[in-house]
Amino acid sequence: MYPAELRYSKEHEWVKVEGTRGRIGLTHHAQSALGDVVFVEVPKVGRAVKQMEAFGVVESVKAVSDVYSPVSGAVVEVNVGLETAPELVNKDCYGAGWLVVVEMASPKELDALMDATAYQAFLASEGH
Amino acid sequence: MRYIPNTKQDCQAMLQTIGAGSVDELFADVPGPLRLRRALKIPPALAEAELVKRLRALAARNADADRYNSFLGAGCYDHFSPAIIGHLVSRGEFLTAYTPYQPEISQGTLQAGFEYQTLVCQLTGMEVSNASMYEGASATAEAILMAHRITGRTEVVVGRAVHPEYRQVARTYAAQVGLVFREIPFTEAGVTDRDAVTRALGSQTACLVVQYPNFFGGVEELVPLAEAAHAVGALLVVCVAEPIALGLLKSPGECGADLVTGEGQGLGTGMNYGGPALGFLATREQHVRHLPGRLVGQTVDRDGRPGYVLTLATREQHIRREKATSNICTAESLIALMATIYLVSMGPQGLRAVALQNLRKAAYAKGRLGKVPGCGIRFGGPTFNEFVVRVAKKPAAILKHLLKHDIIGGVDLGRFYPDLADCLLLCVTEQKTREEIDALIQALGGVR
Repeated sequence: MYPAELRYSKEHEWVKVEGTRGRIGLTHHAQSALGDVVFVEVPKVGRAVKQMEAFGVVESVKAVSDVYSPVSGAVVEVNVGLETAPELVNKDCYGAGWLVVVEMASPKELDALMDATAYQAFLASEGH
Repeated sequence: MRYIPNTKQDCQAMLQTIGAGSVDELFADVPGPLRLRRALKIPPALAEAELVKRLRALAARNADADRYNSFLGAGCYDHFSPAIIGHLVSRGEFLTAYTPYQPEISQGTLQAGFEYQTLVCQLTGMEVSNASMYEGASATAEAILMAHRITGRTEVVVGRAVHPEYRQVARTYAAQVGLVFREIPFTEAGVTDRDAVTRALGSQTACLVVQYPNFFGGVEELVPLAEAAHAVGALLVVCVAEPIALGLLKSPGECGADLVTGEGQGLGTGMNYGGPALGFLATREQHVRHLPGRLVGQTVDRDGRPGYVLTLATREQHIRREKATSNICTAESLIALMATIYLVSMGPQGLRAVALQNLRKAAYAKGRLGKVPGCGIRFGGPTFNEFVVRVAKKPAAILKHLLKHDIIGGVDLGRFYPDLADCLLLCVTEQKTREEIDALIQALGGVR
C-alpha cells in the first residue's frame, strides 16, 4: 500500500525520484479518503512550484481538496490522461494515476519528507 | 413556502418554547442605546379596499406601454407576453419554490431549470448554459471575468456599440481584477470597426466583446470578428440584449462565439419598469468549470430513473470561497421559467414569425421616418428592430413634444454618446400597429 522506494508528505502526496525529476501523485490513503475522483485540475507545464504549496485540485463525489507539491521546482510533464479518466487516481494511484513530474530545484528537500515506515506511523497517529 | 404573518398566539407559543418572556427579552443582547424605544413612524394600517385605491393612484402616475405609444428599446423591450405564462408561473409550486439545494423535494424546479438551460443552448448555439444570472449587464461582466480566468490575460477589447450600461457595469466588476479596457469605435454603417478591432487585439487580450444586434440595432458580422479574436488566442464574447433577434439571425455559436451572454427579458417576461430581468450565460463544454452561477445537471437516481440536481458546486462560493468563479449564489429562476414557457409556447417557427414582424414593422417605420423633414437615418447598415434617427431639432425638445401626444419617442442618445447628441434611438416591436407608427410620423411632422 505504501511502496518503500517513495517519499511521502504530510498532505498525503508521494514523490518518486527519477534522476533530477520527481513524479508526484496521491497516496492510497488520500484516494481512499476522497472517494471516487471525478475531476483533477493540474497546472500547466512550466509552472513553478514550491514545497508544500498548493498546485492543483482533486474533486471527488464528496469533497474537493487542494494538492500540494512535496518538492520545489518546475512542472515538466502533466498527466493529460486524467482529463478523460480521473478514476485512475483511485485505481492506480502509484502508477497510471500520477499527477505531474517536477524538475526538482533542490533535491535536499526530500530529506524533509517521510519514508514508507514513517508515513504509516504518521497515518496511525492521525487515527487512520 | 408560505408567506403568512405570525399571530400573537404563534409568537407566544414560540417564545414559550424558546424560554423568553417577551420579544424584548429575546433581543436583550442588543445594546440598550441601539434599541429603538418607540413605535415606527409609519401611517396606520389601511383596510384592503383603501390600500388598493391608494396603490392604484400611485401606479397611475407611471407612464406605461399600455397607455402610451412607446418606441423605447435600449435593452428593455416591449414584447407580447402570452396569458399562459402568467397563468402557469402564479402556481404556488413555482411561485414560492425555494432554491433547489435538496433535489429530493425539488424535481419540478430543477427540471424547469434544465429545460431553460437547454433552450438557451438552442437559441445561442452553445453547448452548456447556467441556470441564469441577474440581468444582461452583470451577465456580460461575468462573461468577461470568465474569459480572463480561462485565458489568464488582462485586456478586454469592447465595441462602443455595446450597450453603454453593460460597458459601465463590466468596468465596475473588472476594476477589482485590474483588467484593461480598449474601446473600439463604430463605423458609418453602425457596426464595430473591424480594422480597429484587429489593431487592438494582441497577445494580452482575454476577449473581444460585441453586442448582437448592437445598441444601435445594427447586425455585427460575427464570423470575421471570431476569426480575428481566435487568431490572437482571445475569446469572442457575444452579448445579446434583444433575444427575439435570435429567432431570425444566425446563432452566435454557429458564428464562432466562445461565450454568449445577455438579457432574456424580451422573451415574454414583460418590461417591469426595468426589472426584474433575466441574465443568461452560455459557453462551450470545455469551459463549463469556469461558469459562474447555478448549474442544473441531469442524472439518474439509485433506481435508474432520470432526475435533476444542482451540480459542479465547487465553482460556487459556499463550497470553495476563494476559488469560486463568482459571488453569485442565486438565479432569476421565476423569470427564467417565464422565458421557458414563452419559448416552448412559441416554438422555433413562432419565434421566427415574431422576429419577422419586428423586422418588417421597424423597416416600415424606418422608411417613413427617413422621409420626415428634419429626420434622417443615421447609419447605413442593416438593423433588426432598433435604429438611430438623426434629428434637426434638439432630441429633448422632440421627446417633450411627442409626450404631449402620448408618444414615448425613444432614447436621446446624447445621454450616452456625445458624438450622437443629435440622435434618437427608436425601437419598433411586434406590439406596434401601423396606426401607432403613423401617429409617430404625424406627430414628428408637427414639431416646432
